[in-house]
Amino acid sequence: MRQNYSNLQLTTLVVLRFLVGWHILYEGIAKLLNPQWTSAGFLKESTWILSGFADWVMSNSGILATVDFLNTWGLIAIGLGLILGIFSRVAAISGAVLVFVYYLNAPPLTGLEYSLPTDGNNLIVNKTLIEAGALCVLALFPTSKIFGLDAWLLKRKQEKGGAK
Amino acid sequence: MTDRMKAESSKESDNRSNEGMQRRTVLKALAGLPVVGFMGFEIFKKNNYAIEKRNSVLKELGLDSIEFPESNYGKTKPSGELIRIGFIGFGTRATQLSKALGFMHPMEVKKGQQNNTLTDWLGQEYLNVAITGICDVFDLHAQKGMATAGNEIRPGGQDAPKLPVKRYASYQEMLADKDIDAVIIATPDHHHARIATEAARAGKHIYCEKSPALNEEELNELYTAVKNSQVVYQLGHQITQSIVFQQAKEIIKKNILGKITLIETTSNRNTANGAWIRHLDPNGNPKPGNEDTIDWKQWLGNAPDAPFSVDRYYNWTKWFDYDTGMIGQLFTHEFDAVNQLLHIGIPQSVTSSGGIYYWKDNREMPDSLHCVFEYPNRDLTLLYSGNLASSRGRGRVFMGHDASMELGNNAIIMADQNSTRYAEGIRSGAIDPGAPMISFNPGAGQIDAVSSASEKYYASRGLTTTSINGRNVDVTHLHLLEWLECIRNGGTPSANIEMAFQEGIACIMAHRSYLEKRTMSWDSENKKIV
Repeated sequence: MRQNYSNLQLTTLVVLRFLVGWHILYEGIAKLLNPQWTSAGFLKESTWILSGFADWVMSNSGILATVDFLNTWGLIAIGLGLILGIFSRVAAISGAVLVFVYYLNAPPLTGLEYSLPTDGNNLIVNKTLIEAGALCVLALFPTSKIFGLDAWLLKRKQEKGGAK
Repeated sequence: MTDRMKAESSKESDNRSNEGMQRRTVLKALAGLPVVGFMGFEIFKKNNYAIEKRNSVLKELGLDSIEFPESNYGKTKPSGELIRIGFIGFGTRATQLSKALGFMHPMEVKKGQQNNTLTDWLGQEYLNVAITGICDVFDLHAQKGMATAGNEIRPGGQDAPKLPVKRYASYQEMLADKDIDAVIIATPDHHHARIATEAARAGKHIYCEKSPALNEEELNELYTAVKNSQVVYQLGHQITQSIVFQQAKEIIKKNILGKITLIETTSNRNTANGAWIRHLDPNGNPKPGNEDTIDWKQWLGNAPDAPFSVDRYYNWTKWFDYDTGMIGQLFTHEFDAVNQLLHIGIPQSVTSSGGIYYWKDNREMPDSLHCVFEYPNRDLTLLYSGNLASSRGRGRVFMGHDASMELGNNAIIMADQNSTRYAEGIRSGAIDPGAPMISFNPGAGQIDAVSSASEKYYASRGLTTTSINGRNVDVTHLHLLEWLECIRNGGTPSANIEMAFQEGIACIMAHRSYLEKRTMSWDSENKKIV
């Protein structure tokens, strides 16, 4: 695999992995550290194709609590997976899906209005969509078997295979 | 550089040293660890910064020692004996009150199942009460009340006793029955004082919807009757049961706002329903009811005779004979909110003005009304401004020299830019007079001195809900609970007869000022409006 990337490409990909992983991990930890955090505020804003799903989640405090729990720990797991480079491809793919779901809840399309002020000027594309795109890149251009714990996993697998 | 690296790597493979190779691989594999460590350190730093900043603001304000009493809501078993309750009047408000008591109509239960709200309601604390009597002059409402009282799906489950429910032809019959311990009065306002007075004389505990009385004579009579009895009287002002009010009380007690000289309260409505036009159903068809199904004579009570009219039956708030309009329906809540916090009592004078400017139907009641209550002994003016033709929210604001507090679903305290007390803090940049200095998160039961922008935003929109011990609780339920606890264990509820008397006098002064077009004053020596 190493042969396929130049060192500069490898470095850039690893840095991108760290940046996206950092952002996702901290989003998860910040939610964990704030006992009052709930996704209800975000879901209330949902206006597009997922608004029915958002209403269903908010309709029942049990479902809402489950979604909050899965979201927080999902973000932490994905963030750690990306930074430490463990199960990195699974982390990148599930991260892309999760972030894309966020995007679908509040996409900056013409005619959709949100009461929460947004960061910057967006039309169709926003930073959430770009992050989903970056995660697709990370899933297709893996680096964790060189810079990451996946290298160790790979080695163990090879050793086991060799022992047979 | 790439070439150099390539050269290096080829050199490595040349002097193949298994150990060195492995060490390098291991180090590379652990590349993410320092990143995680760095983040951990930064999170630690950030949290410390937030805690320090919060503590320094709270200390500056003298709020660092505040501890809110932890509620034992939902942790106690129902105590004492079962209380048997009779409902006098079973209209819209009564269905809300019975729901708060733990009783819902079977149709509403079905609706709750469909929209997933039933579980929350069934988790409401069981109050150890039974609705055993229903009295309403309209057959349809009485039947609804009977079905509600008899419905067996309710908080408390199987343990809840199932007592028979009796329909009474008149409230006098209900008050004479020894099998009723307490009554909830949810009739139109012109019956409130008379029924409550007779209930007190009959020894029944009373939960009465606002307003307490329409004129001075009946208010005095009610006050004397309750004072001379052993009954617990609670006026229906549930909003001060909200957690936010307990927190606002601390803010006032700690004098965070400085000297308060002005309080502004408002009502802002813009619908036909909000303007008391309620005789049509959502499809625009007249609601049921005629002379055969409504006991009109009993509905009129002591009010002047008038021919039967569906308009009057449903839209009674439009006429002076039955109500005091925005004063009785809306300002009562505002007055209670302020009086619970500041104990302002009866104003020295009240001046009102207004008119019928938008809803030009057959009404007598103004749809735009503004009242000024003066408290010269307290250096305080209480303003009320109500409008039924614009729903722009104007809030409820306490204005002090050092800070102002807007109190609604949450409490937002803003430092005043010309404050004496916070001048130093504002100069140094520690306090920003353009942003909330303190806000309360109703869900958390703690002070939120520094919160993220989106949290502040959600709180100001009232999107967070009031909760106790992590559960959403209906404030009317809490208000009834307080009343029932006073019945069982003694004590005085928050909206007791003294508070009801002060509120009643203030409201009657405001209403009379509008009618008589003059300033009304309170003669505190002779306890009379002059």
